[in-house]
Amino acid sequence: MNYTGLIAQKEYRGYFSSPSAYIILVVFLLISGWFFSSPLFLNNQAELRSLFGIIPIIYIFFVPAITMGLIAKERNTGTIELLTTFPLQDKQIILGKFWAGVGLIATGLLFTLIHLITIMILGRNIDYGAIFCGYLGLLLLGAVYSAIGLFASSLTDNQIVAFIISFFIIFFLFIIEYTLFLLPAAIVGIFQYLSIGYHFSNLARGVIDTRNLVYFISLIILFLHLSILALQSRKWK
Amino acid sequence: MIQLQNLVKDYGTLRAVDHVNFEIREGEILGFLGPNGAGKSTTLRVITCFLAPSEGNIYIKDLNIREHSQQIRRMIGYLPENNPLYIEMTVFDYLKFVANVRQVKNFKERLQAVIDQCGLHGVVHKPIQTLSKGFRQRVGLAQAIIHDPEILILDEPTSGLDPNQIMEIRELIKELGREKTLIISSHILQEVQAVCDRIVIINKGRIVADGSTEELKSSFSSKTRLILNLIAPEEEIPALAGELKDISLLSTTRRAGEELEVVVEYAAGEDKRSEIYNYIKRSEWTLLEMHREKISLEDVFRNLTIEEGGEA
Repeated sequence: MNYTGLIAQKEYRGYFSSPSAYIILVVFLLISGWFFSSPLFLNNQAELRSLFGIIPIIYIFFVPAITMGLIAKERNTGTIELLTTFPLQDKQIILGKFWAGVGLIATGLLFTLIHLITIMILGRNIDYGAIFCGYLGLLLLGAVYSAIGLFASSLTDNQIVAFIISFFIIFFLFIIEYTLFLLPAAIVGIFQYLSIGYHFSNLARGVIDTRNLVYFISLIILFLHLSILALQSRKWK
Repeated sequence: MIQLQNLVKDYGTLRAVDHVNFEIREGEILGFLGPNGAGKSTTLRVITCFLAPSEGNIYIKDLNIREHSQQIRRMIGYLPENNPLYIEMTVFDYLKFVANVRQVKNFKERLQAVIDQCGLHGVVHKPIQTLSKGFRQRVGLAQAIIHDPEILILDEPTSGLDPNQIMEIRELIKELGREKTLIISSHILQEVQAVCDRIVIINKGRIVADGSTEELKSSFSSKTRLILNLIAPEEEIPALAGELKDISLLSTTRRAGEELEVVVEYAAGEDKRSEIYNYIKRSEWTLLEMHREKISLEDVFRNLTIEEGGEA
């Protein structure tokens, strides 16, 4: 098995060796389930829009909570010294941890498929394409937030600080969309492109546009790269 | 085998390691000694590629840490200071993870070997967080040797253990030292004295002494002190130093009853004990006790590391 996979496996298992992952998943599923099921019969529509609407908001808390410990905890307990003196590249460490975070998010999303089963039983003419796109969007969004959370975690040895930093970066990307009307017309375009909701909403509507994918993937690469730099900084300070 | 060349490590404006040069031969057990904050851990962290040197380089065989960090890491087993562990894992999972990362081919055999060597029977499937400190230390050592490295670096391996555990860990280290090149850092002198062939003392980032225990002791003092407990007339004592050549009298103190304690000193290379004894016999004094003052490594250490300002 390759090194990235080894680290990812270790981290992913690590989530389940403490109660934290269970608590986070349960809370995630309770909130998303509530927001999915309560308007379901009111709207009388066999679709997952309400789910795709609430999960990005839950992510703002959920993702920082699962990524805050990825590196900060290793720094805090000193195991970072072991990990970085193993014959591993810093890139492999960061990528492994990133995949573990994405893996846990995917696990959470996997459990929400139960709602899909519900509408499959209740409804007809379900737009599977839109649902697929929505899930793809949620996964990409989770991956972007994981990369941000990982970066925040690599800056500090305090998990709470890591949580707060990632929360604010994610919140900023999330809130831009709602502040556009305050901005001068000349720069609205730029800020709209920066806003994560703009790119997610296309996918949630069932449109796969390369511009949106490029946006998500470049953010992931950017923050993973910054995390690697932050991890390497131990060597030069 | 390991060669440190003009190694410098700065933390911002603080120079933690200042032009350190020394060489470790294959199979040697080197004790790296110094007060807290002297730069021991920093030096070890540079050797293990955790930190990059600010200046200078380290050569291990033909490799150097600036260019061949990955190959060097493979040759080294490392137990960092305070023995960090993934405490939520079981011992087995932890060792398996390390073995995988270290690409150990024959994991089953190696696992059995380290369990035997480190005495981990009975705890293999327990979570590390339930283990006592002594057992955790053994797990840390097991982790460091699972890939059978040529070089083993242990940063304060016995700190925080009770005396029995310290003895056990020391025995283990001695055993490991038979086949490996070993660097042990410590601020405990007895420990280094007990296990190491050679001692390097570092203070404020600089090497202040390098040699075997005996060499360090003899280089430290050029004089031998002899302590005599006698029953003799006090006023006749100065004649002892007067009549015998190259002996100086340092002090005479009266002990209980008639007993006197006399301290004399002579050059370290010579042995004046029989001359002194004969003199005492001729003078018809009673000799109760005669012994040389042992210069301990503590004295050497204190002398080298306490400097102007008295900081140690």
